[in-house]
Amino acid sequence: MGANRGLMGRDMLSMQDFSKEDILKILATAKKLAKIKSSKVMQGKILGSLFFEPSTRTRLSFESSMAKLGGASVGFADASVSSVTKGESLLDTIKMVQQYADLLVIRHPQEGAARLAAEATDKPVINAGDGANQHPTQTLVDLYTIQQLHGRLDRLKIAIVGDLRYGRTVHSLIHGLSHFSSEVFLISPDALRLPESYREILYRGRIRYHEGKDFTQLLPDLDVLYMTRIQKERFADQSEYQAVKSSYALTATQLQRAKPTLKVLHPLPRITEISQDVDETPHAAYFLQASNGIPVRQAVLGMLAGVLR
Amino acid sequence: MPVKRAKTAEPVQKLYSITEGTVIDHIPAGQALRVLQILGIDPGTTLLVSVGMNLSSRKRGSKDMVKVEGKLLTKAELSKLALIASGATINHISKGKVQQKFLVEVPQVFIGVAECQNLNCITGHQPVQSKFYTIKQKPLKLCCVYCERIMDGNQAVLR
Repeated sequence: MGANRGLMGRDMLSMQDFSKEDILKILATAKKLAKIKSSKVMQGKILGSLFFEPSTRTRLSFESSMAKLGGASVGFADASVSSVTKGESLLDTIKMVQQYADLLVIRHPQEGAARLAAEATDKPVINAGDGANQHPTQTLVDLYTIQQLHGRLDRLKIAIVGDLRYGRTVHSLIHGLSHFSSEVFLISPDALRLPESYREILYRGRIRYHEGKDFTQLLPDLDVLYMTRIQKERFADQSEYQAVKSSYALTATQLQRAKPTLKVLHPLPRITEISQDVDETPHAAYFLQASNGIPVRQAVLGMLAGVLR
Repeated sequence: MPVKRAKTAEPVQKLYSITEGTVIDHIPAGQALRVLQILGIDPGTTLLVSVGMNLSSRKRGSKDMVKVEGKLLTKAELSKLALIASGATINHISKGKVQQKFLVEVPQVFIGVAECQNLNCITGHQPVQSKFYTIKQKPLKLCCVYCERIMDGNQAVLR
């Protein structure tokens, strides 16, 4: 595979920086990679893995993706083991680490951290989650999975349920979906409604969207049900949390009224929002979604490094 | 034949005239005190300052005005003014006459003049200048380059 001049050397900080064409190219490359047993295109390259916020799943997904392409990873999984504890600024940390790596992936608890990190290096920086802002590679995994299961990304009815206000996977997904003409249903408690700036993105993308509090009525018509976790820490009033938490939990019994082709996605980890009995239904797609993290992140790493088209 | 009405003369509202310095005219009514804050004019100032608030304005109905003897505005001060008084007029006065006149314009990017309202934005936790894109001029709406949150210009907390 030749070099992709289009994405080579670019950062992946926010879905707002990527066009529909970029997204489709990444998904197409991921599809090719999913069919390949092994590859050495990243041999000799090093990924700097900087996780200031703990994450087992995403970090392992990136490091495994890199290893399966013949590359290696260095870095830290927790800020407490880095020089951050000595008071070193983020810019200084990045300026140091970027000398040891060909590209960087960063997860940080504060919004905008990845974009700041990208200012400290010419090497590609991938945002693996910055506070409540963005998680672009998760969106690419989500879109890849939807395309894989339904054969397309437009003309679908997609419900996004749960914490729409603070969920970074939701925010990135909204940007991603704004390029495709599917109908979006935003289901959340009032306190966790999708912020206006993101509804504005759907509006500008001419995406038909609806807001509501109950997804069960939609089940017979939906193609995709994207569940997210509602964290009790987001509620100042715990009684409000107790009142809403069961309304945003999915069970196999509820799915009996769903279209046979409905697929349930979740960025994981799931806690109570999808009950275990859903796993045995043909609707459960979240584990497939998690496994898709490998070819999609391989595509992102290879295309930003300029070794994949 | 339509009756030609005489133009209503603007009521005479005199502020002390300056000879060398800056006049900021057509400030949105009620914002003069924030303008003084931006110019660093505090209760201990020794500058000669003349302030008018809620003056009549043919253009806007009412306006504020600030005159400062012996001072020209810096670039940073002009950027900050754009947050609360875009459309105001800056007059550079020399020898008692207007030598230069221009509008306060909203720039495409504001660097280091306002704080991001998002308490979890990296700019509040790291030694880095804030940066905002202007996404809408009237009413002024800014987007933080880093955390991507949108805020109203008139709610900006000045640095």
